[in-house]
Order: sequence, then structure tokens, then C-alpha cells
Amino acid sequence: MSSIRYAEFKSRPYYGVLEPASALEHLIVAEGEGAHAVMELVAKAPAGFTSQATLLYAEGPYSPDNGNTEALRELGFARFHTSATAAAAVPRLEGALERLKMSTEVYLTGSESALSIFVKACTDAGLDYQGLQTEHRGSLARRVQCVHCKGITENVTTQPATCAHCGLLLLVRDHYSRRIGAFQGVNINAEDPSDIPAKEEMFR
Amino acid sequence: MSTPAAIDVVVSEVVEVNSLIKRFHFKRPDGAPLPAFSGGAHIIIEMQDGDQTRRVPYSLMSSPLDTSDYQCSIRRDDEGRGGSLYMHREVVPGMQMTISPPANLFALDLRANKHLMIAGGIGITPFLAQSSQLERTGGQYELHYGVRSRELGAYIDELQDRLQHRLHMYYDEHNEAMDFDTLLSTQPAGTHLYVCGPAPMIEKVLDTARAAGWPESHVHFEHFSKAPPGEAFSAELSESGISVEVAREQTLLEAMEAAGVDAPYLCRGGACGQCETDVVECDGEIMHEDFWLEDDERASGKKIMPCVSRFRGKRLVIAR
Repeated sequence: MSSIRYAEFKSRPYYGVLEPASALEHLIVAEGEGAHAVMELVAKAPAGFTSQATLLYAEGPYSPDNGNTEALRELGFARFHTSATAAAAVPRLEGALERLKMSTEVYLTGSESALSIFVKACTDAGLDYQGLQTEHRGSLARRVQCVHCKGITENVTTQPATCAHCGLLLLVRDHYSRRIGAFQGVNINAEDPSDIPAKEEMFR
Repeated sequence: MSTPAAIDVVVSEVVEVNSLIKRFHFKRPDGAPLPAFSGGAHIIIEMQDGDQTRRVPYSLMSSPLDTSDYQCSIRRDDEGRGGSLYMHREVVPGMQMTISPPANLFALDLRANKHLMIAGGIGITPFLAQSSQLERTGGQYELHYGVRSRELGAYIDELQDRLQHRLHMYYDEHNEAMDFDTLLSTQPAGTHLYVCGPAPMIEKVLDTARAAGWPESHVHFEHFSKAPPGEAFSAELSESGISVEVAREQTLLEAMEAAGVDAPYLCRGGACGQCETDVVECDGEIMHEDFWLEDDERASGKKIMPCVSRFRGKRLVIAR
């Protein structure tokens, strides 16, 4: 598991470790290597936990499946659905949130990008982000919003990064927008576009 | 100045709501509008009771859309320190008084998809203001209101007219109790819960919500602890270099103010945290009455909230 470098930015999301909570129901959304966080959560939980729980599992794209899906299926969740990617899991997550009661604990785990997508779906449904349990597993690749054209580029791993929409070279900041669910990217060479700093892989 | 600037007002009306509750209306002497406030806000009423100055928080119950006056409903508490008794016995229309500007420690979270309000007895007052606010701004809400009896329940008719199907009444005299388990397990995502009323009711709602898995950030409560009377005690103020005597029906904060110490405060009900003070020395027991300190802070004996908490023992020195 990679560790997150906590920056001075207050807005930079902080992730914890999933812990079984006292609640009438449980909604768990996991992506990729988050499968292992779910297995650890279930191992810590009292018997009968999974019979009150729904699991939405997005398999990739960064982690080859490695049998995770089958291992999760065997845990006996009351409802278990898979999807190819975090983005593909969102419609089902939105549906689950529409029916969700406040007596449901929500657990989210996966890559930094997946967590951005899941947390935003939950806050859009009216849940306060402080009430969501999150655990980071897998890639640190970021969703980045270009502050100039507002386009969002997925799976950004380099510093600087090229905006997939307007092509500007962006400095990826730790400044995070919960409303948009993305880190902010600001043009790094506005004064002299011919000055092109080398890209380094920063968010593996 | 560490305390909020005061507003001079005139008592424009006093209405007997029922045998226990009176409603007080305050206006500016020149009739100009009072400061804007939001539903759930309170003011602090200053009372000159003989040689004692009392400052007591009360919720604003009037509509936030109308600042031509402020209205507070006050239940007479015969066991309290005397603030409500003073209001009931001494305050008459035409009297000049001083109040604080409004402050809100019980505001609606406007990100909510739905507001679920639970009131017990006189705890209805902030919800009167909040429901008026939501009528104008829109927003889904429902109010569950428990009272001892039809006779002692305040504003039931007005609420029925305004809220209609959004109001759910529960009468003790008919053995009707709120079913918190069902209520709190059936609320849709994005609901925010608000509770105001007697301490045991608040505790029960908070416990039920916690056990059912409600996130803390969706649960709001207001219980101005009614700084209870207690035995007299003395306290040394290390920064001011003086000692104060706290009488039976006085609070430590009031005793400091009477001695000319400008101590910070906002709610005077143990809720806001403004008056938190370090304890330098404590040979005895601090009786914590606030809702602010964490359990470990209370146990440490290093903090006190002088607006509500008291002391029993040999020596108390606080950093003020």
C-alpha cells in the first residue's frame, strides 16, 4: 500500500482505515486494490455484518483482478454488484444513494481517483463528506481540473501534466475541490510557453 | 472588547402564552429594524435584578424575515437561578432593557435534502423561527413536537395552521411517545436531524442516532444548560490578581463580570466554547455542566467553562 504525502493544503483529502461501525445497514463501494481493504473490514466486523451490507466493486483499471472479485463474492454480501471502472459504478451508486437511509454507514475505498468519484457521488446525494469512511488503496493518480478551461483530466500521474481538453501544461496542486471532486491544475508556463519543464511521474 | 456589543431595546409587548410561558417582544426605541438573524439564533438578555446583573440566553422564535422586533418565549423555572422568574415577575411593556446581537449555534444546514426537527416542550422555540425561514426559502422538513398536555403545549394551533401535514404532535397526557427507532431508521440520505428540548430527550435522540449509524455531522442539538444554582465558592483569578466570591445563584462568569473582569463569552449556556478557561490549580472538584469540553478534558481538571460550571473544594485558581 502506498502512503499519501500529506501536504499543507487543508483541502487535500485525508483518508483513514475502514472500521466496522454501529449502523443498521452498510454500503461499501470499492475499486481495484480496495478489495483488500474490504476483506480486512469484514475480518474485523462482527458476524452477520455482510448480511446487512451492499458491496459495489469496480474491478479496474489499474489492478488486474487477481481473483479479487471471486474472493469478495464469497464473503456473502446481501447485495454484490461489479463494474469495470469506478466511473462505471457511479450510476448504480447513485441508485443506491437514492434509496439509502441515514441509518446506513458508507465505506469507500480504492485509488485516489476512484475515491474522488465516489465521495462526490455521495456528497451530491446530500451526505456530508465528514460522515463517510474512506481508505486509500492502490494508485495515487489524480483527477485534475484545469482551472483555465475547467475540463477534467482523469488518471494524472505526472507533474506537470497536460490538460486533455485545452492542452495547457498544468502544475497539479494539492488544492482540492470537493464540489468538483478534483485537484486543481494551473498553467505552469504562462509567461513563456516555450519553457517546457520535464514531466516527472509523481502520482503513481 | 471580548464580549458582543449590546443593543438597547424597549419591551414592546408581554403576552401570557399559557400558565408557564410568557412571550416577550423587544423593539429598538426608535423602531428601526434589529440586526438580521437566521433560524435557531439566540440572544442574551441582560437583567438588572437588584444589585445583580444576569445575562441569560434565549432562542429567538419570531420569523427571521421580520426584524421589526425580536420575540422570545420564556418558560418559568421555579427551580432555576432566577432569570426566568425575573422575566416573568419584573418585565413589563415599556421597560428599557439591553440584549446582545443574535448568534446562532443551532443553524439549519442548508445543504440538507431534508430537515428532521424534534422538539420537546419549550424546546419548540428555535423551530418556530426555522420553520418560518424554510417557508420562505423552500426546503423539505418535518417537525415532531412532544408536549405534556394540550394546555401546556405552546403554539400548537399556530404550527398546525402553518405546517399542516409537516407537524406531528405527541401528547404525554395521551401516553403518546415518539418512536425514535423508527423515525431515525427511515430517513432518506441527506437528512439533517435537529433536536431541542429537555436533556433526557436530547440524550435519547443522540444515542438512538449514534446506534443507528447517523454521521455526527448530520446531527444537531441545542441544549443551553441552565447554569444550575449550587453552593457558593470562591475562585482566584491568576491574571487579574484578584479573588471572586461566587454566590449560590450566581455563575463564575457573572461573579467575574461583577468584579470588573472582561471575560469572553457568547452563549452563556455551556455550548459555544468562548469562555473556556485554563485551570491553574484545583484542590477540589469541578462540577462540569457544559456541552463543550471533551471527556478527557473534563477528567484532566485543566479546563473549566465559567458560564455554567461550578467548583467545590479548597482552592480553585483559573487563568483569567
